Amino acid sequence: MEEIKLMKGNEAIAEALIRAGADAYFGYPITPQSEILEYLMTEEPYKRTGMVVLQAESEIAAINMVYGAGACGKKVMTSSSSPGISLKQEGISYIAGSEIPCLIVNVVRGGPGLGTIQPSQSDYFQSVKGGGHGDYRLIVLAPASVQEMADFVQLSFDMAFKYRNPVLILSDGLIGQMMEKVILPPQQERLTDEEVEKRYGSWATVGKKAGRERNIITSLELKSERQEKHNHKLQAKYREIEKNEVRFEKINCENADYLLVAFGSSARICQKTIQLGKAKGINIGLIRPITLWPFPSEEINKAADKVKGILTVEMNAGQMVEDVRLAVNGKRKVEHFGRYGGMIPSPDEVLTALEQKLIGG
Amino acid sequence: MSDSTILTPQDIIERGELVFKKTALLTDNIMSYCPGCGHGVAHRITMEVLEEMGIGDQTIGVAPVGCSVLAYEFMNIDMQQAAHGRAPAVATGIKRVYPDKYVFTYQGDGDLAAIGTAETIHACNRGENIVIIFINNGIYGMTGGQMAPTTLPGMKSSTSPFGRDVQMMGHPLKITEMIAQLPGVVYVTRQAVHKPALVNRAKKAIRKGFEIQKEKKGLAFIEIVSNCNSGWKMTPVNSNIWLEENMLPFFPLGDIKG
Ligand SMILES: Cc1ncc(C[n+]2csc(CCOP(=O)(O)OP(=O)(O)O)c2C)c(N)n1
Ligand code: SF4
Ligand SMILES: [Mg+2]
Repeated sequence: MEEIKLMKGNEAIAEALIRAGADAYFGYPITPQSEILEYLMTEEPYKRTGMVVLQAESEIAAINMVYGAGACGKKVMTSSSSPGISLKQEGISYIAGSEIPCLIVNVVRGGPGLGTIQPSQSDYFQSVKGGGHGDYRLIVLAPASVQEMADFVQLSFDMAFKYRNPVLILSDGLIGQMMEKVILPPQQERLTDEEVEKRYGSWATVGKKAGRERNIITSLELKSERQEKHNHKLQAKYREIEKNEVRFEKINCENADYLLVAFGSSARICQKTIQLGKAKGINIGLIRPITLWPFPSEEINKAADKVKGILTVEMNAGQMVEDVRLAVNGKRKVEHFGRYGGMIPSPDEVLTALEQKLIGG
Repeated sequence: MSDSTILTPQDIIERGELVFKKTALLTDNIMSYCPGCGHGVAHRITMEVLEEMGIGDQTIGVAPVGCSVLAYEFMNIDMQQAAHGRAPAVATGIKRVYPDKYVFTYQGDGDLAAIGTAETIHACNRGENIVIIFINNGIYGMTGGQMAPTTLPGMKSSTSPFGRDVQMMGHPLKITEMIAQLPGVVYVTRQAVHKPALVNRAKKAIRKGFEIQKEKKGLAFIEIVSNCNSGWKMTPVNSNIWLEENMLPFFPLGDIKG
């Protein structure tokens, strides 16, 4: 039986977390995502499923709690917004280096610095290019609806455990705060240690059983030769993820003359722009990357052959546009239109920008 | 001495003269610690306690960043290596999902009382049911002897080359006494390992800490005042004399709480 509810994006992700059979959540309040911790504390999942919820003393502590619990093979999530995600970067780098599966949610607000509590997409670079120190990648999912906030939780854990890699959901204040209809997933049982071991192997620190080597979770390797080998292993894993996990949505791309590329909230605005264009006789298509890393470069490259020009629409000063340009590799003109600092572009503005930058120019 | 009088370990065991046996919870890896350093002894007694309690297979240890970053190479149990200062948060994550297993952190003074002060105080304040073993050698051993939060007034280090000037650099932090004020912490003690009698006493304190965890009473905090002969630029013997004469008056041994 389908369970349909009207929920905020932040609440939907929290409820989906409980239903995914998660073992723990660790967080620290920050607008515009505090509802996640508030919802969990109110729902008391420790009574429903045994899931742990804890308010940490800082984002640094929260991500390190995720490190500890995640390294036990548990399904663990933390969430924050931009300034808090910056604080988590050291921990995220350690998690990537030690290959601990976990889910991190960033409900982005405008920066730099304390910035604004209004929505933004200005953490794109931080999310897809590393963020912390060292050569590593996060799998990054960009939801464009409250439904996707809920749906991406289980998807994230599946990928996190399959690849032993952290997954980041890059949302924003708009998706986090808005209310929409959402179909909630059914409640899943939490896995036992034995089930985790059977599905994903015996790597977690669960207490050293007699007869097996001790399990060690570390990102340290003092010998350069071995550290390089570890890096090779990580890079091979990233290539595998690039091969298997690219996700995107194509809207109205058949016979389009111009292509918009936008993710998350911006992609929703662009859908309206497509309609406005139609009314004026301008045929516009949209590619919405769902995974920001791995990026749908191939699809964008193919689409570029069929259009006269490409415009990225982002709530930032031009970040994803760099990846679109790399994908297109000079074949077509790629322009950027952005509003930032908490401002949200309107569908008209996007159409005007497209006309000026791609048609009139 | 003729060849025939040299006894192999096996000979000694067969003659029933075995007086010491390394616990199976220490690996055979050669320790990376400087000869004379207290870290090795602290490792040994910690692992002996786990063996004696029969809980090695239910224990998850957390290694810090510091000289003991490689503790997992020597401790033959499942272990995690934490970012500098974050071990108490990492241990919190483990303990919250495994309330019935045993969790401990093993941290130096820089790790616990400088960069990780917030994580330490808050894990203690929440009364996390873990054991914290705090190796206070008054210096940053691993990075080559820089000033630590516990460096004594006037004590020289590579970043206080003329001695710690408390006006400029602040006073040494008695974090153990601070932690004793927190209701979630049930046992706070300060021990040392530079003399056999003290080693035995420190081991008893660690045992008490894990017994407290077994009974789910709260957090046990065990400071071990230790030497860093390399960082202090002394011979091992002189470093132990210096520890007695300088560290212990400032950091007196004994139970502080519980
Ligand atoms: C974020 C970060 N800052 C600094 C360092 C460098 N560093 C490594 S160990 C250490 C000090 C360790 O001193 P202590 O905790 O007293 O341990 P000891 O080596 O004395 O046992 C520092 C500053 C680091 N690894 N990470
Ligand atoms: S540097 Fe100091 S603390 Fe580190 S192993 Fe050597 S003596 Fe011990
Ligand atoms: Mg030290």
